Amino acid sequence: MAAEVILDVRDLRAYYRILKGDVKAVDGVSFQVRRGEIVGIAGESGCGKSTLAHTLMLRKPPLTHISGQALFLGRDIMAMGREEFRQLRLRKISIIPQYALDALSPTKKLGEFVADLVREHGIPADRAFWAKVEERLRFVNLDPKVLDQYPIELSGGMKQRAIMVVSTILNPELIIADEITSALDVSSQRFAASLLVQLRDEGIIGSAIFITHDLAILYQIADSLLIMYGGHIVEAGPVDTIVHEPRHPYTQALLNSLPKVGVQVKDQRLEGIKGTPPELLEIGPGCRFRERCPYRTERCEQTPVTEAITPEHTIACWHHREIGGERVG
Amino acid sequence: MAEHKKDPIMSVEQVTKIFSSGVFFRSYTTAVQDVSFKMYPGTVLSLIGESGSGKTTMGRMILKLLRPTAGKIYFHGRDIATIRGKAERREYYRRVQGIFQDPFSSFNPLFRVDRVFDQIYDVFFPELPAAERQARTREALLKVHLHPERTLAHFPHQLSGGQLQRLLIARALLLDVEILVADELISMLDASTRMGILNLLVDICRSTGMSVLFITHDLALGYYISDYTMIMHRGRLVEQGATHEVYHNPVHPYTRMLFRSVPDIGRRWDPKERFIPEQVSREIEEFYSANRGRGLVQVSPNHAVLMSLD
Repeated sequence: MAAEVILDVRDLRAYYRILKGDVKAVDGVSFQVRRGEIVGIAGESGCGKSTLAHTLMLRKPPLTHISGQALFLGRDIMAMGREEFRQLRLRKISIIPQYALDALSPTKKLGEFVADLVREHGIPADRAFWAKVEERLRFVNLDPKVLDQYPIELSGGMKQRAIMVVSTILNPELIIADEITSALDVSSQRFAASLLVQLRDEGIIGSAIFITHDLAILYQIADSLLIMYGGHIVEAGPVDTIVHEPRHPYTQALLNSLPKVGVQVKDQRLEGIKGTPPELLEIGPGCRFRERCPYRTERCEQTPVTEAITPEHTIACWHHREIGGERVG
Repeated sequence: MAEHKKDPIMSVEQVTKIFSSGVFFRSYTTAVQDVSFKMYPGTVLSLIGESGSGKTTMGRMILKLLRPTAGKIYFHGRDIATIRGKAERREYYRRVQGIFQDPFSSFNPLFRVDRVFDQIYDVFFPELPAAERQARTREALLKVHLHPERTLAHFPHQLSGGQLQRLLIARALLLDVEILVADELISMLDASTRMGILNLLVDICRSTGMSVLFITHDLALGYYISDYTMIMHRGRLVEQGATHEVYHNPVHPYTRMLFRSVPDIGRRWDPKERFIPEQVSREIEEFYSANRGRGLVQVSPNHAVLMSLD
């Protein structure tokens, strides 16, 4: 049985308005997040995945909302004023931004940082609050003593855990995690990614959007996947469907380029994707992968319509029927 | 490690590097401790470790950017510490080169990318006429699958990270590089572009006999590219051997922990396991004390494990 939809993004467009024109980084994106679901957004640098997070959370010029809605618990956050949205932030919807490791103030002890942050949001940092912070720190296997330490005294993995505790302290309905594992060592990566699942299982967070370039991590923890390319969602569906039966030529090529333990160059050569992603400045219509796509035809000059292969699995490719499923992995 | 028919190009013998800091209260950090390995022609050797393991320090010592506190590094049998003077150093760098993680920092943003090639010619082949220089550059670019017209005369910001890394590989090809230290070469590149670079590196290795020290934190990439694998933890090589054996039969608790954390498509992490990375320190202590006195043990002809510190 499908759970309640808590975030419903409909045909969202957000461009960077710069002197030269519009950089169409999020260009007609639609997806849903259900309660309890971890949605993974995967794509390469410049595909618009981080812009999508920023559009939902901290829109600042030149990033401009052009059209479309993002209904969070039934209310369109794109239509909200600054103050109205501030009431939701941290409480109901929270972000763990990219480069969060550098977000901590180097001259403030972690405890002071947390106190300032919650004060900013009008939440009293009372005894009960600190008791909760300490309990959560123990939950991530950190000694509450870290509150009395400066960021420089903590390793990257420990800082990331502390940040995850802070971002989720008010039990938000939705957390957006933007590349939270990319700067970490493999062992800390596993810890941080699994922690998100644990927080969900413990009911501390409702749902999560996990943005990363690393499909292998999403395979570990996500329930469903969105594959982004050039500001579009090219394919979306349950994680096992996308990973094992990808239908979009980009998803197929991306999966084929991933190294796996057991594959050595002397036995099997993995191929990358030739060419580079398109420049999104003032980009016209058409499939954005067409320049690099082996199945390209004239039809690809028109922007593909997103079709449902099954109720859960959608794809934006004119030729997905001819291409068919390619079993990978 | 296995007996090789050929002689090693480079031989690292019991190298230790201790950094000291502070003026009044001197403190010492051991970045690399008692590390030994050999590099053979035409092979890729991976040095895998997490941040702070000492892997980059090791690479820098091979590049003579740092001097070992103890131990020796031999290049074709000669102790590299004895390589002094401009002419000798130049000769060394003609054979031993490095490429680093951030390609943008290897280029001066104010100059066109051609400058990195010109520098090579000016230093190593000053008499070479301009036409010959151009021909050699073009040839090197074609070898790394770059279009000379679309890359030369461009500024670094006009090219992608992958293209810049290829340029640096092309630059190494101008010299007769025998040892290439590739430190996190592809960590900043996207999945779709890095495979091309790795394949290229392997092809060059096989065709020219160059030996690559591939320093990485990415185990899956290390597996893909390397013939031999060394796992580094807190300055020590805790496990080393033929890649296949190290990956499929890891013995050291640190290696095992690393492999448990790799996100591999097709094999999910055990959701029931309470995975806490810092627990490995205790596991290593227990492992060392249970194997006291054994030291470095050859568990198979192609696979050695550090079983204890004494």
